[in-house]
Amino acid sequence: MLQRDYTTSQLDVLEAEAIHVMREVAAEFERPCLLFSGGKDSIVMLRVAEKAFWPAPIPFPLMHVDTGHNFPEVIDFRDRRVAELNARLVVASVQASIDAGRVMEETGRRASRNRLQTTTLLDAIEEHEYDAVFGGARRDEEKARAKERVFSFRDDFGQWDPKNQRPELWNLYNTRIRKGEHIRVFPLSNWTELDIWHYIQREGIEIPSIYFAHTRKVFERDGMLLADAEVVQRGEDEPIFEAVVRYRTVGDMTCTGAVASTATTVEQIIDEVAATRITERGATRADDRASEAAMEDRKKEGYF
Amino acid sequence: MDILRFATAGSVDDGKSTLIGRLLFDSKAIFEDQLEAVERTSRDRGTEYTDLSLLTDGLRAEREQGITIDVAYRYFATPRRKFIIADTPGHIQYTRNMVTGASTADLAIILIDARKGVLEQSRRHAFLTTLLRVPHLVLAVNKMDLVDYSEARFEEIREEFTAFASKLNASDLTFIPISALHGDNVVSRSENMPWYEGTSLLHHLEHVHIASDRNLVDVRFPVQYVIRPHNATNQSLHDYRGYAGQVAGGVLKPGDEVMHLPSGLTTRIRSIDTFDGALDEAFPPMSVTLRLEDDIDISRGDMICRPHNQPQVAQEIDAMVAWMTDGVRLQSRSKLVLKHSTRTARTVVRDLQYRLDVNTLHRDESATSLGLNEIGRVTLRTTQPLFVDDYARNRQTGGFILIDEATNSTVGAGMIVDAH
Repeated sequence: MLQRDYTTSQLDVLEAEAIHVMREVAAEFERPCLLFSGGKDSIVMLRVAEKAFWPAPIPFPLMHVDTGHNFPEVIDFRDRRVAELNARLVVASVQASIDAGRVMEETGRRASRNRLQTTTLLDAIEEHEYDAVFGGARRDEEKARAKERVFSFRDDFGQWDPKNQRPELWNLYNTRIRKGEHIRVFPLSNWTELDIWHYIQREGIEIPSIYFAHTRKVFERDGMLLADAEVVQRGEDEPIFEAVVRYRTVGDMTCTGAVASTATTVEQIIDEVAATRITERGATRADDRASEAAMEDRKKEGYF
Repeated sequence: MDILRFATAGSVDDGKSTLIGRLLFDSKAIFEDQLEAVERTSRDRGTEYTDLSLLTDGLRAEREQGITIDVAYRYFATPRRKFIIADTPGHIQYTRNMVTGASTADLAIILIDARKGVLEQSRRHAFLTTLLRVPHLVLAVNKMDLVDYSEARFEEIREEFTAFASKLNASDLTFIPISALHGDNVVSRSENMPWYEGTSLLHHLEHVHIASDRNLVDVRFPVQYVIRPHNATNQSLHDYRGYAGQVAGGVLKPGDEVMHLPSGLTTRIRSIDTFDGALDEAFPPMSVTLRLEDDIDISRGDMICRPHNQPQVAQEIDAMVAWMTDGVRLQSRSKLVLKHSTRTARTVVRDLQYRLDVNTLHRDESATSLGLNEIGRVTLRTTQPLFVDDYARNRQTGGFILIDEATNSTVGAGMIVDAH
C-alpha cells in the first residue's frame, strides 16, 4: 500500500478523507443516519463506515427510502448486508406516504415514484429527528452535484439553496444547525464511478447480482432498456424481448435502464466503464433526462 | 496512481472554462451525452463553435447569466494521476470562492489573456494563491493564437509577472503559453510555438512533484473521535480505547514517544490500528486509530505530538483573515466561533491591525472593519487554548474557520501567522 517516499494511492486518499468526514459527523451530531439503498455507492459508503469506527460497531442507523419499485435482488442484498453488520435499518416507505395522502401516485406510462421519494425522505428525517444524513452522491455524477458541498446545509423544509452555500475550506466542516434543520453529508464527493469500481475490486466487496450481466426480459423506451415487471407500465407498441444486460446504476425499476453487457466480473465491469463514452446517469436514468436542470430542481426540493 | 488537486483562477473572458473543458475533452473525461448536450445548447445560442464552458457551469443561474458563481469540482484521470479541479470564479466579488478552492489545492493555474497581459486580477489571483500557500503555481498565458503565437509577447508577460511574484514570496512558478480554444500546449506540445521548450500543461500536471509538499517532520495528530467498543461479549474489546483521527503532520510509528496536549503527559504509541490491520507507520493524510501505552484522559480536540516538537499552545492568535459574508462585518470586539483542527472555541477579535488591498497589496492601517471578500491581519483571543502552527509550516494546523453564532454561517477563513 505505501511506498517509502510516502506517496499514497488515490483510493487510500479518498478513503482517508471519507473516514475523516464520517468521524466528524459521529463526533459533532446527535442523531445521524446513513442512507443505504443497496446500490454500489451506498455499499462503498457502508464499508467506509465500518472502517471508520472499527472495532466498534457503526454508531448510527441505516435508512432506506423504499419506493416499492425496487429490484427484488437489491432488497434481498440490503437485508442480508444489514443482518451481517447487525445494524439497525429504518425503512421509509413511499407506499405509506401515498396511503397517508402525503403524496399522489403519478399515472400513465411514465409514472414513477422517483419524485415522491423526497417527501417520504423528509418526513422520515423529521419523524426520527435526524440532524445529519449521509448520502452516497458523487460530484462527478451530475453538474448540479459538482457544486455541492461535502456538508450540505438543508433548511427546516429540507431545501438546498445552491446560491447560499457555506464555504468549505481545508478539512474543516461547519456542523452548526438549528433544531429542525439538517446537514446532508457526502463522504464520497470526490470519488468517480471508476474509483467506486476499483474500490469494490480492491476490497472484494459483494454487490447485488443485477450489476453483473444476466439474461432479462426487457423492452426499449427512449433508447433505454427497461425491465419487464409488474410495476413498470408498458405500451402495446413496446414489445418485450430477451437480452443479456447489466445495470450501471440501481434505482427504481420504472426509471432505471439496463445496458447491453456481457461483463460477469468486477474486472470486466471496470474495463467496460473505462471504455464507455456515456455517463452513467445519461445511459440509465430517465429521471435526469427531463431537463438540463432536472437534478438541480429536485435537489432544491430536498432530493438525495 | 496519486491525486493532484488543482485550482483554476480566471474569469470567463480568460478562457478558464474553455481550458477545463479542453482538459476534460482531450483526456476523454467528457462523455458523448455531455458533449451532445453542450453542442445542442451552443447551437441554440447561435455560438459558432462548441462552447466547452457550458460543461462546467452547472447551475441554472450560471447558464442563464453566462458566469461561474460557485466553486465547482471536476474530475479526470490519466494513467499517471487522478486530478481534482476546483474551478473557481475569478472576479473580485468571488474572492471567497477562490480562497476556498485554493485551501486544498496542490497547484493553482492562473490564466492570463495574452492580449491583455498581467491585469489587476492576475495579481490578485497570484496573491491569494500565495496567501493560501498553494505549493505550485502555473501561469497559463492563454489566447496565444490571437497574438500570432508571439514569443516576444510571451516573454514580456513572463518578465512582468516574475517581477511581481518576487514581492509575493511565490512558490514554484511555471509559465506555459497555450491556446485553450485550439488546444495548443494543453495536452500535447504545439507545433505553432516551436520556440517554446517546456512541456505541455497536462504533462506538467502529471509530473509535478507533490509528495514532499506535506509536512512529514512535525508530528501532529488532532484527536477527532474516541473509539470505545463497550463490547460485552468480546472480552478482548472490553477495555479497548482508541484515539481516531487524520494525521496532520509527521510520521508516527509504534513505540514512538509522544506527548498529549493539553496535559503535557508523555507516553508511547502502542499500536496504529485500522480495519485492515495494524500499521508500521502513519503519515498525512491517513485516517487511523492510535492506542497508547498509558491510560491518559484524552478527548476530542486534544493533540498528540512529540515531546521535543510541539505546536504552540495559544489563546492569542495573529492571523490573516479572509472575510466571506456581506451579512456582518468583522471588527474589534466581534464575537465568533472558531473551528481549528478538531477543536472549537469561542473567540473575540482584539484588533484589526490592517486591511490589505488584494490588488495593490497596500496595507490600510486606518481600516476599522472587514467586509465581504476583504482580507486583513487580525488579533484574536480564544476562550480555550488551541494547538497551532504557523500556516506556512502546516496548512492543517495553521488554518481555521470562523462561524457567526447568530446565523451559523461560515463567515471567515484564517491563516495563522503568529501565536502566543
